[in-house]
Amino acid sequence: MSGTPERQAQEERLRAVWQNPTGWRYWTSVNNTQVGLWYGGAAFAFMLFAGVLALIMRAQLAFPDNDLISADLYNQAFTLHGTVMMFLFAVPIFEAIAIFLLPPMLGARELPFPRLGAFGFWSFLLGGVFVCGSIFFNAAPSSGWFMYPPLATDEELSGIGADIWLLGLSFIEVASIAAAVEIIVGIMKCRAPGMRINLMPLFAWYLLIVAGMILFAFPPLIAGDLLFELQRMFDWPFFDAARGGDPLLWQHLFWIFGHPEVYIIFLPAIALMAMIVPTFAQRPIVGYSWIVLAAVGTGFLSFGLWVHHMFTTGLPQISLAFFSAASEAVAIPTGVQIFVFIATMLAGRVIFSTPMLFGTGGIAIFVIGGLTGVMVALAPFDWQAHDSYFVVAHLHYVLIGGMLFPVIAGLYYYYPLIDAQHLSDRLGRIAFWLMFVGFNVAFFPMHLAGLRGMPRRVFTYPSETGWDWLNLISSIGAYIFAAGLLVVIFDVLRPKHRHTGGELNPWNAGTLEWISEPKENWGVRSIPRITSRYPLWEQPTLLRDVAEGRGYLADAPEGQREGLVTSVLDAEPVQVLRVGGTSGVTIVSAVTLGAVFVALTFKWWLVTAVAAIASLCAVLYWLWTGTNVIPEAEEKDVGHGLMLPLHASGSASVGWWAMFITMVGDATAFASLIFGYFFYWTIHADFTAGQAGPGMAWPLIAAALFGGAWAATLIARTLNAGERKAPMRACLGVSALLALAASAAALAGPWQHGMDPASHVYPAIVWLLVLWVVAHAAVGVVMHLYCLARSFAGRLSALYDMDLRNSALYWHFVLIQAVLTFLVIGLFPEAG
Amino acid sequence: MAVAARPPPGIQPAGLACLTLAGCSGNQSALDAAGQEAASIAQLFWVMTTGGAIVWLLVVALLLYAARSRSHSEAAASRLILWGGAVLPSAVVVGLLAYALWLMPALRPFGAAAASGLRIEVTGSQYWWRVVYRSPDGVTVTSANEIRLPVGQRVELSLASNDVIHSFWIPSLGGKMDMIPGRTNRLSLQATKPGTYRGPCAEYCGTSHALMALQAVALPPEAFDRWLAAQAKPSPAVAASGAELFRRHGCGACHAIAGTEAKGVLGPDLSHFGSRLTLAAGILPNTTDNIERFIADPDRIKPGVKMPAFGMLPREDIRVLASWLRRLE
Repeated sequence: MSGTPERQAQEERLRAVWQNPTGWRYWTSVNNTQVGLWYGGAAFAFMLFAGVLALIMRAQLAFPDNDLISADLYNQAFTLHGTVMMFLFAVPIFEAIAIFLLPPMLGARELPFPRLGAFGFWSFLLGGVFVCGSIFFNAAPSSGWFMYPPLATDEELSGIGADIWLLGLSFIEVASIAAAVEIIVGIMKCRAPGMRINLMPLFAWYLLIVAGMILFAFPPLIAGDLLFELQRMFDWPFFDAARGGDPLLWQHLFWIFGHPEVYIIFLPAIALMAMIVPTFAQRPIVGYSWIVLAAVGTGFLSFGLWVHHMFTTGLPQISLAFFSAASEAVAIPTGVQIFVFIATMLAGRVIFSTPMLFGTGGIAIFVIGGLTGVMVALAPFDWQAHDSYFVVAHLHYVLIGGMLFPVIAGLYYYYPLIDAQHLSDRLGRIAFWLMFVGFNVAFFPMHLAGLRGMPRRVFTYPSETGWDWLNLISSIGAYIFAAGLLVVIFDVLRPKHRHTGGELNPWNAGTLEWISEPKENWGVRSIPRITSRYPLWEQPTLLRDVAEGRGYLADAPEGQREGLVTSVLDAEPVQVLRVGGTSGVTIVSAVTLGAVFVALTFKWWLVTAVAAIASLCAVLYWLWTGTNVIPEAEEKDVGHGLMLPLHASGSASVGWWAMFITMVGDATAFASLIFGYFFYWTIHADFTAGQAGPGMAWPLIAAALFGGAWAATLIARTLNAGERKAPMRACLGVSALLALAASAAALAGPWQHGMDPASHVYPAIVWLLVLWVVAHAAVGVVMHLYCLARSFAGRLSALYDMDLRNSALYWHFVLIQAVLTFLVIGLFPEAG
Repeated sequence: MAVAARPPPGIQPAGLACLTLAGCSGNQSALDAAGQEAASIAQLFWVMTTGGAIVWLLVVALLLYAARSRSHSEAAASRLILWGGAVLPSAVVVGLLAYALWLMPALRPFGAAAASGLRIEVTGSQYWWRVVYRSPDGVTVTSANEIRLPVGQRVELSLASNDVIHSFWIPSLGGKMDMIPGRTNRLSLQATKPGTYRGPCAEYCGTSHALMALQAVALPPEAFDRWLAAQAKPSPAVAASGAELFRRHGCGACHAIAGTEAKGVLGPDLSHFGSRLTLAAGILPNTTDNIERFIADPDRIKPGVKMPAFGMLPREDIRVLASWLRRLE
């Protein structure tokens, strides 16, 4: 790190800008490296917790008629095991890896919304502790991770555990969507100059696809959670067959989420493999376009498979045939991805190290899971295998082979980026063989147990069924597997010899993340221009140029954390993005929002209201102080004589993209509710069951008023562009008033016709749709008031109009949802 | 096989066959098919397993070879992606799909059998099964936790639920079908071998989900007809000493026994309780001792069960009740 005094001064300034606070304030850092590590550490800890639950279950099942733990505790354990592994480990660990790796891999200093990332982490941690902690109070959910009603909607049969599941996880789902927004915008807008979309590292491609999938997969579950909680809290009968509801609607919504979820977990693991295999084959991947297309294909197909979780619910045979075919089809892109790795290994000379051992061992396991997947995807075989231990074996082969092994491979591979040290190769091999052998001993016999008729989710079994020795073997294997994992943990935690410095790029990898220096917080010393897929192999001067500050943004003279925004396809630099730094507001926002969910669980309405207001204040403070800050100049020189604007608004800004992406997720949740409406419509001859509807007049009036509110917003935007402040403010005010009037009209429909949401599913879903729109209108009004306040504070002008542009974007979505809602509830009972 | 401790009259040979079967792999195995659907699916399974094993060996061999070999040309490697990753799986999957879709309509031919044949209605409750037989000649018989069916004849089952989702599954006879509140699902089974087969509830249904099972007894058609005819009448032992205790202790509020004034519908029908192989929905062998234990403290045997404990009754009463119930054949 020697160099000219000027270079040293630059480094000092950069270091100061990106520095983390010390002492307890360390926890207010928002730097991607810190947040990524916390996120990963927490996810790993939750995995160990869920693993211990699994070991307890295996001890219980080791012998027939065992009474080590009670039925109820066992049911809590398997529910939490599945829930925690899926929601608190498998998905978050990839958000963690993405937050940690993406900036250096893309040659960016930071992701575009570091505070949002930190907020997501704290939400995740709080929600996770809340859900996991419940088992120590014997109050954990016990209805299975799939929460099928009516078992899980029945207060007496499910207790408070179901509320903890619903609300705790809804809170975590918020964090997941926040991470998805951050990842999508980061990958699309914050790549190093020159990193065209076809030069992007495969990991970034995969994460982009996965984040997109989260955006469409989680909202149906959130919509389902909403229906579920309304039934539990207020007895709105969405899933109660006696009052027109249907338990199958939940199954549809759950699996529309649940199946893509499998690929949301699996694809990032393949992405890690796609980084590891080329490094150890010491050559670029063979079939870059093949693997990208296969990943995209898998992402699309994964949304058309959900019914294969419902093959035994009595659906028509034609549906079974269709979904069998779709489920089989996913074998093809999966095959392509596996063969891309084999081809790359064939075309290179493989150095067989610990990461490769875990990687290829994982593939060998995963292929078995894939093949049994091809089997259970055929409806007739699934009739036998469904909900039996065969499926338990299948899903663990898929998830442990396709996800856990690659993650451990990634841990051994990327550890030098965390600590500038290597994990032990010897311990790694011991861990691998213990895990590989233990895994197969534990899970292979389960195929046979399942075919011999052992159902899932049983806390005990009789001895005469002939499953006893199969289960004993499985239990022994589980403990061997756990021993292997313990070796990994020991390897990570043991004190390591600090040899001086630590080498950069110890595996001689070709991708950009290896320029990141573990002891520096700035991500990259300066931002390079990229011209190839494996820049460290193909751009020989790159490392030195970056280190000697010859890239972009080599200095931080204004004391601001800055990164580059580049164009989506060609990655040409278009803007300097100033990102938020260290702040406690993220924690305050997460804690207050968490309090809302916790208070709801216990039905402490007053606490809920207070926490909601506190949370709103925290978020508004965060927005007011941290976003759309008017810079001291319009442009700055980023190096190489390139002048870039310091500000952007509308579709050129990352904030607009974030809003757009969030609202796409929101619209997906809305679409799920509309799906519910028509689902009820199709399963009943007369869906309204003779109940009064909201009439046609009020819904149509509401739609018209919402149209007015939307139009006034657009006029305000146009007026603002002409610097006409007074009429612009008036328009915003009018829009807010129209939105209030529209909401009143919307509520008047079901209110005046005396629709009682607890009496039947028809009034319940009408009320829900209306309330959904009204809640959106309320947020829209808050946005208007915020823009008004910004205007009066002199922070909204024709040039710096991001707040108003984002509000207008939001109102586009509100208008679409409002018009659809009122057309559906106003016209469809009539048309039917 | 403890549950078959005392096979009912008429199925001794079947009971013996079942005992030998149990010796090898249990009477709940999808691989020891005793029904038409189970046999077809077992065959499908073996075909897929053989194919799967070959594919797996191929992939692992390639993986090992690729890890050890000297480098091949990129063109050769790309060809491998096309043939190994895309073409081969496509061909395999299309073949399998054709096989399975060809199989499907024949396995569950709804409608054809329903018009003339026997129908059995099974309703799931936490944690037991109500079983109602409707024979084509108008005979209706109510029972619980055990179904009997004639070998070689297609039987249509209509499946419903009283509370939460359950799933009806007799692995040796065929695949499963869920029992969903508000819906009635249909299943069609044809037993091919006489015997006793166990079926667990296959959808998680609450605390004692693991303790909800039933016995399916496949009988030769004549034996089945005789059995059904006997079941349609009250048990000969119904007037014996236990009947009065049954009435006095209010058991009839939940249970029905044909030939007495007990008409309760909340719990299982006990009209021919003594002829059943098991107690508490497939959990315990049907012995007097076990009946006594269950009456005294059902929750101990099956956590979360709806039946209250009757441990406060005089021991002698429980004993008399148990032995009377055991004799209701």
